[in-house]
Amino acid sequence: MVMLLYCQELGVKYITAYAFSIDNFKRKPEEVESLMASMLEKFHLLDILVKRLAVRVHFVGNLELLSNELRASAMELTEATAAYSKSVLTICIAYTSRDEILHAVRESCEQKRIDLEFDNDDDNEIKLMKVEKNMYMAVAPDPDIIIRTGGENRLSNFLLWQSCWSHLHSMWVLWPEIGVWNLVFAILNFQRNKTYHLEMRKKEKEL
Amino acid sequence: MDFSNESRVLHRCSAQVLDIGNLLLLSLWHLVHSIIRICNFTLDIANVLESYLISSGLLGRYKSLHIAKLRYLAIVIESEEAYQTSKIIELLQWLEAVGVKHVCLYDKEGILKKSKDFILENLDGAILFQDAHENNVLLDQQHMTLEFVSFSDGKEAVAKAANVLFMKYSKSGVTDQNQKEKIFTESQMSEALKTVGSGGPEPDLLLVYGPARCHLGFPAWRIKYTEIVHMGPLKSMNYGSLIKAIYKFTMVRQNYGK
Repeated sequence: MVMLLYCQELGVKYITAYAFSIDNFKRKPEEVESLMASMLEKFHLLDILVKRLAVRVHFVGNLELLSNELRASAMELTEATAAYSKSVLTICIAYTSRDEILHAVRESCEQKRIDLEFDNDDDNEIKLMKVEKNMYMAVAPDPDIIIRTGGENRLSNFLLWQSCWSHLHSMWVLWPEIGVWNLVFAILNFQRNKTYHLEMRKKEKEL
Repeated sequence: MDFSNESRVLHRCSAQVLDIGNLLLLSLWHLVHSIIRICNFTLDIANVLESYLISSGLLGRYKSLHIAKLRYLAIVIESEEAYQTSKIIELLQWLEAVGVKHVCLYDKEGILKKSKDFILENLDGAILFQDAHENNVLLDQQHMTLEFVSFSDGKEAVAKAANVLFMKYSKSGVTDQNQKEKIFTESQMSEALKTVGSGGPEPDLLLVYGPARCHLGFPAWRIKYTEIVHMGPLKSMNYGSLIKAIYKFTMVRQNYGK
């Protein structure tokens, strides 16, 4: 949570964190239950922090998979911070990128079916723009940097769609031990190729 | 009058102090980046030396690779460097020598797709992945299979696959939630992507040859648990770094969320 403060100090407006993957439900039930209880506790602390820092919070993922209590707490926090705009924190919970893509496709198909039923359909087919609008992560721009802790070099089903032009930074430090200098180092590394990343992002529109 | 003159002078002084402060900060920023460049240069020299030692077989642990762990390899190449087909053929020859059988070549703009015939002609015995798959010769370890992929096989392909799934959805006349869930599944999506010509296996390892540590739009659906390694620009590719990257991959252990 202190990372939120560091990001705000450094002028980073959009932060997205991977809190719980759908794949994590495969763990032992006691472990899952303990993680859910721990998250509920953290939400209460987060509530205090985000209100002090004027951070808008979004929860993205298949929230139906969460317990009623956790889902209600998440919705409450989302509504309570809807008016804030200094920073935006997106928490991916019960999320995987593949599930996000499937959800966006399903929503697009559902919308097309309704459009056809009411004779509102202007397009012959579902366009990419429609699918992108239905992504959970449409609430924030694509990230410039994705930080992976623990020395791993994979995205593990996180922001696969949004990471086309992102600088992928892997660091050996484990998440609980991450500090401001780790963040600063990631940003400095990104800055070395910033022009290239921005150029690639601009060219995507031409492709 | 005196007060307004004084306040103007004060305002000018504080603006100058601010300018000097900004200049100092900018200089500090440039200094920090210069130090990082020097450190990276030193690391690059160390890597080149290590690569030389690996290539010459002096580092024992790299001599035997558990290559069977690497079932599918993807290579992302910066489109500007994708014109260097001779370098790409050399890279593929190294991979063949090491025992890698199935390779996916990706560049954003599809330059490699245009050079597909030339690459296949110049690589002994290599065949297209699609042809091998259709003729069920994937298990044939004699041939190296190559797949050529570009940006349009990513997001655009998902949009096309959405239309395939929509056809299934609208034909079934389904409104029941359970039935709907049977159409919009990962396996149905994978099938739909195959139907539109953009279905391929998930690579175990993805090597990025380019200036930045970035996968440049490789199809999102396929890189769920793929290890992504940045190799630097294609022009400075070397055999030792390739072996090191493959060796490191074979030593990785994945939990898949558990």
